[in-house]
Amino acid sequence: MAISEREIRRGSRSGTAAPAPRPGTAMVDLRAVTKLYDGGHAGLDGVSFSVRPGEFVFLVGATGSGKSTIMRLLIKELEPTGGSLVVAGHDLAAVSRRQVPFYRRNIGAVFQDFKLLPNRTVHDNVAYALQVTGGGRREIRDKVPDILRLTGLSTKLHNYPDQLSGGEQQRVSMARAFVNHPPLLLADEPTGNLDPETSVGIMQLLYRINRTGTTVLVATHDHAMVDRMRRRVIELSAGRVIRDEETAAYAGPEGDPA
Amino acid sequence: MKVGFFVREALRSLRRNALPSFAAMATVLVTVLVLGVFIPVVQATTGAANEVRNKVIADVYLAPGSGPRDVERVRRLLETDTAHVGSVEFVSKREAYRQERRRNPEAYDLLGANPLPDTFRVTPDEPDNIGLVRDALAPRAPGGGRTVADPAIDEVTNREEETSQILSATRVVKLTMALLAALLVVASVLLIANTIRLSLFARRREVEVMKLVGATDWFIRWPFVIEGVVVGALGGLLGIALLAVGKIALIDPLAEQFALIAAPDTINFALLVAILLGASVAVSAAGSGLSLRRFLRV
Repeated sequence: MAISEREIRRGSRSGTAAPAPRPGTAMVDLRAVTKLYDGGHAGLDGVSFSVRPGEFVFLVGATGSGKSTIMRLLIKELEPTGGSLVVAGHDLAAVSRRQVPFYRRNIGAVFQDFKLLPNRTVHDNVAYALQVTGGGRREIRDKVPDILRLTGLSTKLHNYPDQLSGGEQQRVSMARAFVNHPPLLLADEPTGNLDPETSVGIMQLLYRINRTGTTVLVATHDHAMVDRMRRRVIELSAGRVIRDEETAAYAGPEGDPA
Repeated sequence: MKVGFFVREALRSLRRNALPSFAAMATVLVTVLVLGVFIPVVQATTGAANEVRNKVIADVYLAPGSGPRDVERVRRLLETDTAHVGSVEFVSKREAYRQERRRNPEAYDLLGANPLPDTFRVTPDEPDNIGLVRDALAPRAPGGGRTVADPAIDEVTNREEETSQILSATRVVKLTMALLAALLVVASVLLIANTIRLSLFARRREVEVMKLVGATDWFIRWPFVIEGVVVGALGGLLGIALLAVGKIALIDPLAEQFALIAAPDTINFALLVAILLGASVAVSAAGSGLSLRRFLRV
């Protein structure tokens, strides 16, 4: 059921890997996606865009513009009212409720509120993502220390989340999202709760993850971050795409977006 | 390997959620204690009530001088021609004398001769039908007295006063006990379900996170079910231990001294223990597994 397992330089799992997406196939493809919430309030209104494998994309816009709705649709926490979402060649409408857990294992997700398991240590939080997929002790021993070193958490292995700073907690959640080396990483306001300096560290981490070939989609309203990174920017307003530019700044050329 | 993982997970969350786990265990313990005391009490009471009800009989006294042919005729009348008769026991003149003499030898020694008549003891099929049986054997006469169905029958008595008291009193006792037992079972189930719901509600965020990481429903559910089994077994065992102590320290010595307590048949202690333990484990495991359903819809 694995949607795709990219060959990643480090720790590629052979044998079980499904064919990687064909070159030219989009990693994420949204076609006229509409989402109506209960009461008729429109979360998304005909959104279409496409993300190539390996791309780094910012989704920007004011709160309520639909960024989080797109993220929640992509992890299939919500169902679209209309239109289609295709992730790595798989139409999400065809993924049944029973298959959702298996689908989610191929997507790393990072949230503003970290979503860590409060009564597990840093190590066990990350290990849980492997245990879920049936990973044994050996795999955990191989991969978890590695990923924690990458995220700079080697000294915090046995701390519980409430003993960590916000930045450290977000690093744990990124380590957990990336430990399976998913082809796609979603980050919903990853720096929303963090100060600017900590945010820079988080963004650098996202950048490094992207360098390993993972497609990264970041929803944010952090101007400084977007302006610094100069990556592709998709701007949303009231549930519509109003700008889609390569290597752009947070503010569009024609004036004030937010 | 998977089973080991689930058990470790369950034990971990028991340790990390010591207080809610303790609350759930205490609930099971209290329920087991209450049920463990109440089940034998209900049984003893209804058993005693039934025993008393079975003593509702009608005595059919035969007229003095009835020969064996009269006895046979009345027996046939009782056994085949009268409705609602459960069983018939014949107590002959001599047998009655022997029984009574054993009970009160001096009085019967003084008496010399045997004043007792041949008697049929008629047990109705249902205690409540005693009146019908009596009316069939000794129909009411228009004048207010009673005639008899056979000339050999002298008198039919059913100890009217006692009988009606026994019937109404035991009926009330049985009804009250049934009502109390039903209430208690409902209360226990609600109590356990509620405790489990509360402790799960505190952990719904944890479940949400597990689902986001890609855990399947059963991967999340198994540790909870095992946790329920552990909590139910611990609470059940503790409750049963307390019951056993109470039985050995209080009931057994009493039972030796007063025949009254030991008299009615109650449930075998081993069987009671098995039922209570099985029920507490099953209820708390099923409760944990089922209550989780709401939180799994993410």
